[in-house]
Amino acid sequence: MEIKVGMADMNICSGTDSITTLGLGSCVGVVLWDPTTHICGMVHVMLPDSTSIRNNVNVAKFADSGIEELLKRVIAKGAKRQNLVSKIAGGAKMFSVNNKSEMLSIGDRNVEASINKLKELRIPLKAQDTGETYGRTVTFYPETGQYHIKRVGKELKII
Amino acid sequence: MSEITVGDMSNQYMDVLKELGNIGAGNAATALAELLQSKVDMSVPQVKLINFSEIGDLIGGEEQVMAGMYLAIQKDITGSILFLVKEEVALHLVKKLMGDYAQDIRGEMEQSALKEISNIITGAYLNALSTMTGLRIEPSVPDLAIDMAGAILSVPAIEFGILGDEMLLIQSQIYDEIAIDGFFIMVPDVDSYKKILTSLGLPV
Repeated sequence: MEIKVGMADMNICSGTDSITTLGLGSCVGVVLWDPTTHICGMVHVMLPDSTSIRNNVNVAKFADSGIEELLKRVIAKGAKRQNLVSKIAGGAKMFSVNNKSEMLSIGDRNVEASINKLKELRIPLKAQDTGETYGRTVTFYPETGQYHIKRVGKELKII
Repeated sequence: MSEITVGDMSNQYMDVLKELGNIGAGNAATALAELLQSKVDMSVPQVKLINFSEIGDLIGGEEQVMAGMYLAIQKDITGSILFLVKEEVALHLVKKLMGDYAQDIRGEMEQSALKEISNIITGAYLNALSTMTGLRIEPSVPDLAIDMAGAILSVPAIEFGILGDEMLLIQSQIYDEIAIDGFFIMVPDVDSYKKILTSLGLPV
């Protein structure tokens, strides 16, 4: 079975199932994975920091609160804290427009915030495919630990 | 940060967008007819408030390849605009303009033709907004992306994401030989959103 994760959403997956999020742009798909129990979770984060925004009820939307909540959920599902590793993908810059808005570098900021949160939680980052200017459909297979990255007009990348 | 949510915005701002959709899409159809030298009709545009989780259903899947044209707006109001059409619709429009030797929407000539078409469409909407509000609105040089719908839409979704989990957009259909489904998304900065309402005599 393929489990879907929407925008600003998270889910858990284990065994021979896979977990996917379609058409990632500047958002980041963060995976936490326990290689021994084959339990994993994925969160699709849109913004770096929940503390700078008032409307922060949806914890999955932010790198900081999203990764924290995902950690709780994979452990509740049976993953071992000390085994957990992470893989991340996304954070593209979809457009280059001369705009004062800090939103244009949001992809980079999402990646940076995700990496910082993982460091803070002492979860090793095993692989990343981030930045660039294209969208990605990402699928994680908890049985093998492979993170598949599909891009338009380019070959499949596995990290 | 502001306390306005997209939900709060929705009633008044949706009315503004409905009006903008009608006038803007009408202007766009007229301008396209001139550029393409053919008759172009349009249906009544729909304004939609959609949750982030519904984005895929709206467009025909997050992986649907689309052409998106993004630009910043400046002067009296600031913010961003995204105009989005399916890849095959983009190619159809480019062929109408360049003739059948237009083959690959990623080609240099094709992209510049597509930018021209998108400029005309977004310009039609911006002129409509400017006329309605009396505000001066200046577009930046646009950028074009041909990629998965989800990835392109993540850009305005993130801008709306500061306010909530919903996004407002105008869906319009223009017809020549085929139906041209276009999505127009405007994200004014919070202060600009207030300016738009004030200039129309609406309560903020």
